[in-house]
Amino acid sequence: MNRQSSLSRRDPPLRSGFFTRFRLSWAIWFLVGVHAVVVLAGFIAPYSFETQEREHPFAPPTRLHFVDCAGKFHFRPFVYVTKAAENALDQYQQDCSQPAGIEFFPKGDRYTILGTFSSTRHLFGVPAPTNLFLMGTDGFGRDQFSRLLYGGQVSLFAGFVAAAFSAFTGLLLGGIAGMYGGRVDDVAMRFAEIFITIPWFYLLIAVRAFLPLQISPVTAFLLVVSVIGIVGWSRPARLVRGVILSARERNFVLAARGFGASNAYLLRRHLMPLTFRVLLTQMAVLIPQFILAEVILSFLGLGIGEPFPSWGNMLAQAQQYHVLVSYWWMLLPGLAPVPVFLAYHSLAETLQERIKSNF
Amino acid sequence: MIRYLARRAAHGLLMLFGVSVLMFLLFQTAPGDFLSEIKVSTQISPETIATLRAQYGLDQPLPVRYWQWLKSSARGDFGYSFAYNTPASTLLLPRARNTLLLSIPALLISWLIAVPLGVLAAGWKSRWADRLFSGGTSTLLALPDVLIALLALLIALKTGIFPVGGMTSINAQDQNTWAYVRDLGWHMLLPVAAMVIGSLTMILRHVRASVSEVLESSYMRAAEGHGLPRFKLLFGYALPAAANPLISLFGLSVAMLLSVSLLIEVVMSWPGIGPLLLESILARDLFVVIGAVMLSTVFLIAGNLLGDVLLYAFDPRIRRQA
Repeated sequence: MNRQSSLSRRDPPLRSGFFTRFRLSWAIWFLVGVHAVVVLAGFIAPYSFETQEREHPFAPPTRLHFVDCAGKFHFRPFVYVTKAAENALDQYQQDCSQPAGIEFFPKGDRYTILGTFSSTRHLFGVPAPTNLFLMGTDGFGRDQFSRLLYGGQVSLFAGFVAAAFSAFTGLLLGGIAGMYGGRVDDVAMRFAEIFITIPWFYLLIAVRAFLPLQISPVTAFLLVVSVIGIVGWSRPARLVRGVILSARERNFVLAARGFGASNAYLLRRHLMPLTFRVLLTQMAVLIPQFILAEVILSFLGLGIGEPFPSWGNMLAQAQQYHVLVSYWWMLLPGLAPVPVFLAYHSLAETLQERIKSNF
Repeated sequence: MIRYLARRAAHGLLMLFGVSVLMFLLFQTAPGDFLSEIKVSTQISPETIATLRAQYGLDQPLPVRYWQWLKSSARGDFGYSFAYNTPASTLLLPRARNTLLLSIPALLISWLIAVPLGVLAAGWKSRWADRLFSGGTSTLLALPDVLIALLALLIALKTGIFPVGGMTSINAQDQNTWAYVRDLGWHMLLPVAAMVIGSLTMILRHVRASVSEVLESSYMRAAEGHGLPRFKLLFGYALPAAANPLISLFGLSVAMLLSVSLLIEVVMSWPGIGPLLLESILARDLFVVIGAVMLSTVFLIAGNLLGDVLLYAFDPRIRRQA
């Protein structure tokens, strides 16, 4: 139990070798990939999130063909024009006479990435009379695939920012509680306990209840993020406090104090850096929870509103019975978080094992 | 025993008090109340609104309002619903009963499935069993509860065997007691199943983890060396030794089930606290919101107390401390 080793720059090798390392790396690369795709949504998505193809409500996912109606094989995948049937708006028929190959870097809707880079070139698409709906369309004829990518921007980053917010608040309050101890510690920890006592979902909704309902989408995003962040501060605070309580009596801290370091300096310079690992692990635990929180808030109509997509408000359309029964692709926004959660869970597990094997 | 429980209960009451204060502080920051919503209507004069506000006591400062609310809670009213014009408790209590009707069976079933399954999974040691178990539970854990609720609804709609939402059939009241209970059970089946799926995985993982930890200890190895049958070893020796952290999990599982229940109720239109809470948020009926949160906290504290009783019964170490 060499405690100093956890401070050294070079981390000791992982305990269970290849498998653990593989788990850590796939999770990290997968998450980096997903976030990159989501940030680049404008470029990768063939349509913008509000483009409505009114002729194609609830169109099923467009079929990609390699073999045409005459039985000839093509290397470039292509699609046919689809038209709604005369008497049923959501029954679509293919028109074999008008094939169109998939194009790369075609011009389409204008988009902006990160508020700076603006363009009309998309990664892929199909020329005008044909449509490319990889995951079908919703009731307004909006492309689900494109909306899923844009919605990921909201859902994934809401979770991330809220977790960062929680971790920061937890670091601050937990650090102060652990450092000063006594009365301050008592008050802070009792306060944290109250937050833990309420079933968190009820707390989340209650905090949301006391805030305005009709707001603009940007405010809504900030609001949702801060609500989730406020509700979740207590667990990281407890963890940070624990680390600081045990670290406060360590020799290098005592030495620094002997040299006249103030509490604030000790906290900032010596103690808070020690909580980094615990907080990072806690973030990996919290982010999927918070993504889910955003999804559920928006699902219930208390989060991000139309026309901006989030995985939650996209899924909300599936609450209508006829949509749920007839259009299975409307459930896809509910499946989208699954691989992301798997990656975060695996990341959290590996980080936890790492902490255990180090201390 | 009594003293130990009294201490736990007192702690619970203190927490409840803290929660109510927190709720009122949040209430204070709310940018509008029920009356500011009807202010939009031109047919109601500002004077009427001012009178109403005075009548409801909304013009009083926060401590006074809190005191009034405490008094009304002591009477059993839990404040006043502006939207329905009744004491909040007349709305909340029947709904709370319905929520418990879902949550308690779901809680029992999840534990009854998770404990034996988790113990068996802990005993079944092989690399592939390990992978299968962790792969399966991680996937289930990653499924959002919303999706589970929607899938349950989809099953009801597609098969046509199960009732789609609601708590009883329309004519249920006219039937005799037995038919009524059967009808109710039939309506409960899917929501409870969805809740079990939503909460089972976490319990299962904890059971397996804590039993495996016990199995690694030297006294278990000694017992195995003496030739005790596998079954007795797992359920007679390992499970009681692993019980302590699991019982502590009981309170947490109550909290989780209440949260899952809220969603399932909304999606499957079960008349529990969930839909009421949502409705009262949209109507800015804040006392009902506070009441719902308080009730859920009461359930959670009750679950924790039950966990404490179990812990007292199962763990001699706790008995000695207390």
